[in-house]
Amino acid sequence: MLAIARQRILGQSFQKIRPAVSVLRSYSSAAKQITVREALNSALDEEMSADPKVFLMGEEVGEYQGAYKITKGLLEKYGPERVLDTPITEAGFTGIGVGAAYYGLKPVVEFMTFNFSMQAIDHIINSAAKSNYMSAGQISVPIVFRGPNGAAAGVGAQHSQCYASWYASCPGLKVLSPYNSEDARGLLKAAIRDPDPVVFLENELLYGESFPVSDEVLDSSFCIPIGKAKIEREGKDVTITAFSKMVGYALKAAEILEKDGIHAEVINLRSIRPLDRSTINASVRKTNRLVTVEEGFPQHGVGAEICASVVEESFAYLDAPVERIAGADVPMPYAANLERMAVPQIEDIVRAARRACYRSVPLAAAA
Amino acid sequence: MATAFSAPKLAAQPFNTISPTSQHKPLISPTAASPFLGSTRKLLRLSSSSQLNLRRRSSGSVFAVSDIVKEKKSTSIPSLLITKEEGLELYEDMVLGRAFEDMCAQMYYRGKMFGFVHLYNGQEAISTGFIKLLKQQDSVVSTYRDHVHALSKGVPARAVMSELFGKTTGCCRGQGGSMHMFSSEHNLIGGFAFIGEGIPVATGAAFSSKYRREVLKEADCDHVTLAFFGDGTCNNGQFFECLNMAALWKLPIVFVVENNLWAIGMSHLRATSDPQIYKKGPAFGMPGVHVDGMDVLKVREVAKEAIARARRGEGPTLVECETYRFRGHSLADPDELRDPTEKAHYAARDPITALKKYLIENNLSGEAELKAIDKKIDELLEDAVEFADESPLPPRSQLLENVFADPKGFGIGPDGRYRCEDPKFTEGTAHV
Repeated sequence: MLAIARQRILGQSFQKIRPAVSVLRSYSSAAKQITVREALNSALDEEMSADPKVFLMGEEVGEYQGAYKITKGLLEKYGPERVLDTPITEAGFTGIGVGAAYYGLKPVVEFMTFNFSMQAIDHIINSAAKSNYMSAGQISVPIVFRGPNGAAAGVGAQHSQCYASWYASCPGLKVLSPYNSEDARGLLKAAIRDPDPVVFLENELLYGESFPVSDEVLDSSFCIPIGKAKIEREGKDVTITAFSKMVGYALKAAEILEKDGIHAEVINLRSIRPLDRSTINASVRKTNRLVTVEEGFPQHGVGAEICASVVEESFAYLDAPVERIAGADVPMPYAANLERMAVPQIEDIVRAARRACYRSVPLAAAA
Repeated sequence: MATAFSAPKLAAQPFNTISPTSQHKPLISPTAASPFLGSTRKLLRLSSSSQLNLRRRSSGSVFAVSDIVKEKKSTSIPSLLITKEEGLELYEDMVLGRAFEDMCAQMYYRGKMFGFVHLYNGQEAISTGFIKLLKQQDSVVSTYRDHVHALSKGVPARAVMSELFGKTTGCCRGQGGSMHMFSSEHNLIGGFAFIGEGIPVATGAAFSSKYRREVLKEADCDHVTLAFFGDGTCNNGQFFECLNMAALWKLPIVFVVENNLWAIGMSHLRATSDPQIYKKGPAFGMPGVHVDGMDVLKVREVAKEAIARARRGEGPTLVECETYRFRGHSLADPDELRDPTEKAHYAARDPITALKKYLIENNLSGEAELKAIDKKIDELLEDAVEFADESPLPPRSQLLENVFADPKGFGIGPDGRYRCEDPKFTEGTAHV
């Protein structure tokens, strides 16, 4: 927790010194590191300059430089006609974005957090997701809805919900959730180029974290496929699936498990819809155990879908019951210690993985 | 009452729109010569002595247009509002709308049509009056009561009827239905089932027209969008959000309120604190106009000005058309709450009969010609029903089609092609 806080402060202080887009020069170390914020900003910048039909709209995206500074510098560069500060009217401006997308423009609609998207969810689902189907292919909606999703630090119940499972249950939408800077850049570029509505779930606490990136990631045509998960760490004993911030936790849990001789395979889902069932199932067939991790509410969550999919397709390969780690089944409390209990922590993932690994070991052989 | 607030504003208007007594009295007073003919109140004659001017003065003006055309008609040498061709076009369109909806009712009771069907009988003057002034590239956004908007915009009757029967030859291949009529060729974008859902989408379509002209530099793009919606929608938050943004960004849109005084069984007067919807326009900085929606010629005059205003880039207009639906909210609605005298009053003001009378009295056409049009439309509809009947149902393979524009939903790669076409896509996991 402290480490994350320190990294955030570092990230933010660097942000103040450095101009928006030149991300590389201030770090003189060997591997290039960029924060998720810079990754998103550069992705938006490049896509806007490549295609004049791309425009941004949302609250505070322009003169305020973005509520979380993701759209910093873009107003100066592209002008108020392409970076629109909207009034506080989620339903209205989301609908306007959808209407503009019907006519071939490519809006990127920012929600200050995805909690506010509930005021506009009618447009995301009914006018955007379903339109291509209802019009039998006549009207496609190349729109991106992006913003921070899930719990932040101490923001209370109405600002902390994770919407991955809500949006991912709806056909006609693509739902992406990046973890590191490479994911953020690649997936956002893929989302903007995509001809269908995409819900892009970021994470506020990851914005300030830096990750190493290769030159290929920084290239302006870099794009990650939608619908493919990434195996962040190979292993053979248990499969841990996660998305967004939980990937970081899972990787740390895997390091702890390594010391116990449990080699965990960590899958970064990247794409919640379409879900990469083939990668997950292939991994479970290799390791025979599954632990799904997510931050959202447990009932009808992403983990529930993954578990069902694995049970349906790879039942014979399972050596232990599937394990689901999710947020607590309560609205997010405010008190810091309660909040920590309401969100999965690294210890929870480690415990679940251990449970998954020992359950089918006969008692006589337990060491 | 609410009207008290608008009194000082109207007093400052440069011209006298309505007789001074009207705006100062509360709406429910039966003695006020209110331009707004509320349904459950005593019906009033408009004072024909007020002097009215059709042309818009400044933005923010509020006036009722109902008297204007009456005035013009009663002066000695009338300059006719329409030519013969235009008159016949309007007549044919309205008869098509009416006959189509009647045919829908028949088909519904025969079991060929199902689900929710909302008919437009009685409101044809608005659809014809507005949509017949549009170009093909202008957009129309409607609600679930969209059959006639589709027909006026040019979608063939065959395509609409097939869509209603759920056949694969329908305008949306049977996947949309009665409430979701889309045609990208005719720029009819919906068909929305949710109240108020179409308004922001229409505002977005207008936004795209402005964006094309100013940012993408397509200099001749002056497309206008019409958003049609009802009186119930005018109490919805999205309506106000869009009035604000359309006026703020001066979008080329006309908000057309089809005020038929009833939202299913909820009377407009029971649901709205200030029932005069046209007054809500100036609160956001756009002109608000009230017009008699049972008279296609009056609607057309107002529509001409509003659409021209939008095309010139002067921004949005709110037009409230007072109209009535002769049938219930939908074919499943028993329609018990509406007063029969009210229904009779509006039935006497049937827009088609009124236009017919106008055409004959002004020697623009004769009975025989109009009857020939009626017959032509009947034949057209018989053909449409036959076509829809004989069309096949959608095949099983169509179920999973059109979910995404992108064939398998995996997005577009950096080379610009669909990912699923790349043979390497399914190899291993994604990596950088």
